[in-house]
Amino acid sequence: MMVSTVARRAGAAQPIADGGGAPTPSAAGAAKIELTGVTKRFVSPTGTLHTAIRDVDLVVEPGQFCAIVGPTGCGKSTTLSLVSGLSRPSAGSVRVGGQEVDGIATGMSFMFQSDALLPWKTVLGNVAMGPRFQGMNKKEAESAAREWLRRVGLTGFEDHHPHQLSGGMRKRTSLAAALINGPSILLMDEPFGALDVQTKAIMSNELLGLWEQTRPSVIFITHDLEEAVALADKVVVMTVGPGTVKAVFDIDLPRPRGAVQEIRFDPRFLELHHQIWDSLREEVQRAYERTAKAPSSEEGRS
Amino acid sequence: MSTLTISGRTPDVASSDEAAIAARARKRARQRKLAIWSARAFLAILIIGGWQLLTNAKIIDKFFWGQPSGIVTQLRDWINHGTQYGSIWLQIWITMKEALLGFVVGVIAGVVVGVTLGQNRFLADVVQPYIKIMNAIPRIVLGALFTVALGLGTTSKVLLAAVLVFFVVFFNAYQGVREVDQNLINNARVLGASKMQVTRNVVVPSALTWIIASLHVAFGFAIIGAIVGEFLGAQKGLGLVIATSQNNFNPDGVFAAMLIIAIVALTAEGIIGWLERRLLAWRPPSTVEIGGM
Repeated sequence: MMVSTVARRAGAAQPIADGGGAPTPSAAGAAKIELTGVTKRFVSPTGTLHTAIRDVDLVVEPGQFCAIVGPTGCGKSTTLSLVSGLSRPSAGSVRVGGQEVDGIATGMSFMFQSDALLPWKTVLGNVAMGPRFQGMNKKEAESAAREWLRRVGLTGFEDHHPHQLSGGMRKRTSLAAALINGPSILLMDEPFGALDVQTKAIMSNELLGLWEQTRPSVIFITHDLEEAVALADKVVVMTVGPGTVKAVFDIDLPRPRGAVQEIRFDPRFLELHHQIWDSLREEVQRAYERTAKAPSSEEGRS
Repeated sequence: MSTLTISGRTPDVASSDEAAIAARARKRARQRKLAIWSARAFLAILIIGGWQLLTNAKIIDKFFWGQPSGIVTQLRDWINHGTQYGSIWLQIWITMKEALLGFVVGVIAGVVVGVTLGQNRFLADVVQPYIKIMNAIPRIVLGALFTVALGLGTTSKVLLAAVLVFFVVFFNAYQGVREVDQNLINNARVLGASKMQVTRNVVVPSALTWIIASLHVAFGFAIIGAIVGEFLGAQKGLGLVIATSQNNFNPDGVFAAMLIIAIVALTAEGIIGWLERRLLAWRPPSTVEIGGM
């Protein structure tokens, strides 16, 4: 079942990669994301203070694909929730499209490691949810959802429930659900972290293909440096918590990049990978030493 | 080429083998089912027959403990001649009506309050100690109060049943709402859902598994509420029939009424199970089967 859809999808992806090419359909829909001097602290119920991120400065240009890498517990997810407006910074400013974020901003979509699909809704119902929340009537929302399911190669699975799908197919559904509202910003929190290596590579290609069509600004959080370099225009390395931006690397690999599995052998890719890893290694080691020292310290807030 | 012929031949052998294995497995499953049902029938005969024999032999006093044949006679008598409060069907209907009304009121109240408190941390923290206290009270005693305050009619029984049902459903609804995956809520909110839409599309369906699980227990409580309410004072109903039988030193009457209640409760259980399978059809089949048991 999986194999056949992959094959179908690969066939469908071809024209996108060839024709969709360099002239991007403008970044007019995409929004600029600016974080200036952002600090976020959490107070636990017992009153202890925990600083998740400190003085983070980050700019994502409209339509830019920005990957954030960093050790566990460096506040990557906190950064995302600040951009989405799900939480507010303790200090500093978060601006999206030139406007201060206060409350949940419109025109954003999220994708998590665990797929945020409603298990009681069908695949079609899940994807149609975004437009429905925006007030579209059921019929239109469903036809839009069908179109997106076709694009991610899930035609024929509309009436399935998420538990009947493979991990990769659930991710495609999530991707369709995230992109159907035509978001100006796509926030991804280790979206492919739970997938096996092959499926992950396939999904990365899918994501690039779809992103090149619609070009939202993307913040993509990952542990996987190779994934970050293969996908992004810009890789941000964060320090061990309280997280702050350690270094920013521009990835000047040409687009469209093609298959992520192959770009890994590109000498420029290896060079960039090497540079970034030099910067990241220290942080990873420090994070590891810290957890090794305090085995039962809090780890949940990454 | 040679591999092809080999792979062409093996499936035949394998498939006949597989068919035989499957047939044997089916046969074993049938035999097991038969054995279970025979053992069940044997157990029923043993208990009921033993009861009958022991009371006949005067080892157990049927004046206190009744007798199966006496229970059957009592049931036949009720069906043919009715009870002293009217036909037996009327008594069943009255009790069922009270239990059902109490069930509906209790479930609605429980779900509404549970979902509200589950989503409002502050309110939940404020009322938490009171709910704990109320839960610690033996609520069945409230029945005495209701009978005095609201009279011998339907209302007092409905209220008692509703109070018993409320707490079971409330705790499950509350817990169910608290357990909703925060990612699902955040995702819906980012996609543009309003608070009401989040509640309707994410929170309630997600808590539904918990709520429906509580309904099985809750319906039992509704029947208990209605019966106890009638027991404490009523003009009609199965609880009253039981109370009268008790006062007349008629254990067969008590058992006969118990049997009727058990049949009614099992029917209701079946209906709730069916409802559960309908509403939770999205779950993986294994879970539904377990839930269906």
